[in-house]
Amino acid sequence: MRFLRQVAVITAKDLRAEMRTKEAINASFAFAIVILLILSFAFDPTEETTREISGGLLWIVFTFAGTLVLNRSFARELPNDCLDGLLAAPVPGSALFVGKALANFVFILAVEMVALPVFGIFYNVRWTRQFWPLMLVLVLGTWGLTAIGTVFSALTVNIRLREVMLPLLVYPLMIPMLLGAMRLTALLVAGQPIAGDDTVWLRLLFGFDIIFTALALVLMETVLRG
Amino acid sequence: MRQKVIFAMLALAAIIFVRNLYVISMLPDEVNQGQIFRIIFFHVPAAAAAMTGSAVALMASVLFLIKKDFFYDSLAVAVTEVGLAFLAVNLVTGSIWARVIWGVWWAWDPRLTSALICWILYAGYMILRQALEEPTQRATFAAVYSIFAFTDVPIVYFSIRWWRTIHPQPVFFSKNGSFPADWLRALLVNVVAIFLFYAVLTMIRLRQEQTQREIDYLRRTAHAM
Repeated sequence: MRFLRQVAVITAKDLRAEMRTKEAINASFAFAIVILLILSFAFDPTEETTREISGGLLWIVFTFAGTLVLNRSFARELPNDCLDGLLAAPVPGSALFVGKALANFVFILAVEMVALPVFGIFYNVRWTRQFWPLMLVLVLGTWGLTAIGTVFSALTVNIRLREVMLPLLVYPLMIPMLLGAMRLTALLVAGQPIAGDDTVWLRLLFGFDIIFTALALVLMETVLRG
Repeated sequence: MRQKVIFAMLALAAIIFVRNLYVISMLPDEVNQGQIFRIIFFHVPAAAAAMTGSAVALMASVLFLIKKDFFYDSLAVAVTEVGLAFLAVNLVTGSIWARVIWGVWWAWDPRLTSALICWILYAGYMILRQALEEPTQRATFAAVYSIFAFTDVPIVYFSIRWWRTIHPQPVFFSKNGSFPADWLRALLVNVVAIFLFYAVLTMIRLRQEQTQREIDYLRRTAHAM
């Protein structure tokens, strides 16, 4: 109960801070749109090719845009020594992790919810045919991204070259999640249901999220307080 | 004393390795592959050594986080760095073999891909260490990253395996294996030699790391005075 209240306080704090400045989320929105635009020059966006590569394309956009949000998650706490205040607060590292991760999750999902219709319009794809399964895949994939990203955001916050280190460390770790999410997203955008052999990817996403959330819960305290 | 042990192990590894090279060169060519099959005697032990290394790195990292003893941090760096070199040997020999047998340097096959990702993950470990100055923080963060990387490797492997594989299936200890007994013996001897060599390099690197730490400590003490 106490844990949940601590989580709620931290999530609310992060959401409020971001809603007032909108610095990470605006940058992330703009970045997502720019990448979508540039990728349209990489190939001819006809319906057939787009459907085939839509999964990869969307998740590249989501991970790139997500990294911007994650980078700010702890970097936001650096001015005015907010991070020291946060660490001095009687809140366990795991609560801090869940609180921050939930806030990041909301931001990244919001960016995805904007990027997805833009993708649909620019690339002339009807992506809504499998709406709810697609949402499930987005939620699972995004949580995997957020869980790992939040820990590494804390880990890289005091490193020089922070903006480069985070994707450098996090992207290779996320490859299994990206494989599953890309595969399923391509499938669902094309209007096919998840069936047969492809359910294995859904299980992979669940497993990935569970394993890395557990690891993050255990190790966050170490990362923050040594 | 420690230096003598290192030299003795190195000499032993060299003797076993050189003698085994002779044994391997005397083996008949493989029916389908000809000469190039001999690369397996280096390719497989290098992979086995690198995998063992990553397990040791994990144990060292966990022990560091529990005990906060910098010996384990030094061990983790040493074993990871040498492991990267061995995994590179594995990737390069595999690539040469693939060029001869498959006609391409690289194929996005599960084993190849996961070995490459594994290499990139542990290269990230080295880069992370380089970016951190403060010793305790560097050791802690590197240990955390090492745990994440080790957890990721099997997931990567299984997730990529669901694509069709073209890598040859393991030929030893399996029912339909076709590896003759004397070839297997030559391979196992090579495994011993290469593991010994791995251990020697790790011990040398470990000593470097510990000396470095001592120098840093002395320098800080001098500054304090």
